[in-house]
Amino acid sequence: MSPAPAVKTLLIDGKDVSASGDQTILGAARENGISIPTLCHLDGLTEVGACRLCLVELKGSTRLQPACVMLVEEGMEVTTHTPRLQKYRRMILELLFAERNHVCSVCVANNMCELQDQAEAHGITHVRFPYRSPSLPVDASHERFALDHNRCILCTRCVRVCNEIEGAHTWDLLGRGVNSLLISDLHEPWGESDTCTSCGKCVQVCPTGALFDKSKVGGKVRKNPDFLSYLNEMREGLR
Amino acid sequence: MSKSTASKPTLATVWLDGCSGCHMSILDMDERLVELSDQFDLVYSPLVDYKEFPAHVDVALIEGSVSSDEDERKIRLVRAHTRMLVSLGDCAVTGNVPAMRNPIPVSELLDCVYKGNGLLQEQIPAERLPSLLPRVRPVHEVVEVDVFVPGCPPSADTIFTVISELLAGRVPQIAALSRFGA
Repeated sequence: MSPAPAVKTLLIDGKDVSASGDQTILGAARENGISIPTLCHLDGLTEVGACRLCLVELKGSTRLQPACVMLVEEGMEVTTHTPRLQKYRRMILELLFAERNHVCSVCVANNMCELQDQAEAHGITHVRFPYRSPSLPVDASHERFALDHNRCILCTRCVRVCNEIEGAHTWDLLGRGVNSLLISDLHEPWGESDTCTSCGKCVQVCPTGALFDKSKVGGKVRKNPDFLSYLNEMREGLR
Repeated sequence: MSKSTASKPTLATVWLDGCSGCHMSILDMDERLVELSDQFDLVYSPLVDYKEFPAHVDVALIEGSVSSDEDERKIRLVRAHTRMLVSLGDCAVTGNVPAMRNPIPVSELLDCVYKGNGLLQEQIPAERLPSLLPRVRPVHEVVEVDVFVPGCPPSADTIFTVISELLAGRVPQIAALSRFGA
């Protein structure tokens, strides 16, 4: 076993906090009951810092930093809910709504959606940016599950859970920026994937209605990403 | 709803490209409508028979997105004569279901619906019907909107609170009342 990392002390929203040196600002904040909004983060998966919702301010720096990938440092002074941060968080969420075709009223994940929850939590009543309304496909070739690109926010939770937990690495991203697209294998229909084990983990961790179980449309189906921490604790012998 | 006592504020409701679900939700206020009707005059609405939009309206509730040239003409007229304009429901606020046609060019859309389905008289309706705009837009992309009430539809409770607050001269805090989709 490697030696335990040194304990660091820092200030989050004016509260004295101690954390181990390998902890992120997000981890330290949540451990101390300070909530920071996230979308791409999920307990049990590696961090990618993709959604930028967890941006925080650090004293002495004008740059905003993503709390999910920024490690704690001795003497850090972190603020998590300034008007500037709230402004950017609202903007990020509105841009997510404007980027693809999120139609909550007819979505399989209506009222079970983390994007919708975050919009409400941030007081968003409308989107100030013009909707792009792109033409995007739906892949319903898999026997049990379907992928609707219109609702995908490119958080890559599915990519990570498939790679890191299931070990299949069926999912990946194609393209860059606004043209990015979630693909299975080498951009083949999901139903024809050689690597997919049909375990359904990707469906459970998807924060929106992009990945869903075909047999459960219409009902109120809550996703259960909580299995991840259990699996990790089992793997690390903590249970 | 009595015709006029000049001191009462005036309310209008407008139906653009929506399913009328928001107007059903207005009716769903049930007996509270009677209570509210003492406080305003309903001067224009699909629910009443006035044909012309009045010169001055205090509060206008807009259901539906801006999808046709007629919608656009109407919403500009409404805006010009309204003090507080309210986008009521997801179609007005986001485009919602009507905007799901946006990725498809209008000509393709009309061809798909009116041609090649084994119809006897294939024709694209052109006379006396509004023509579709290239894109369905939320109301605030066309005119300035004062209050946004998301929801599909917003609940009767939400609409009651919104109308009560506006009639009392306050701006309602919507985020606590309703959300996209629900």
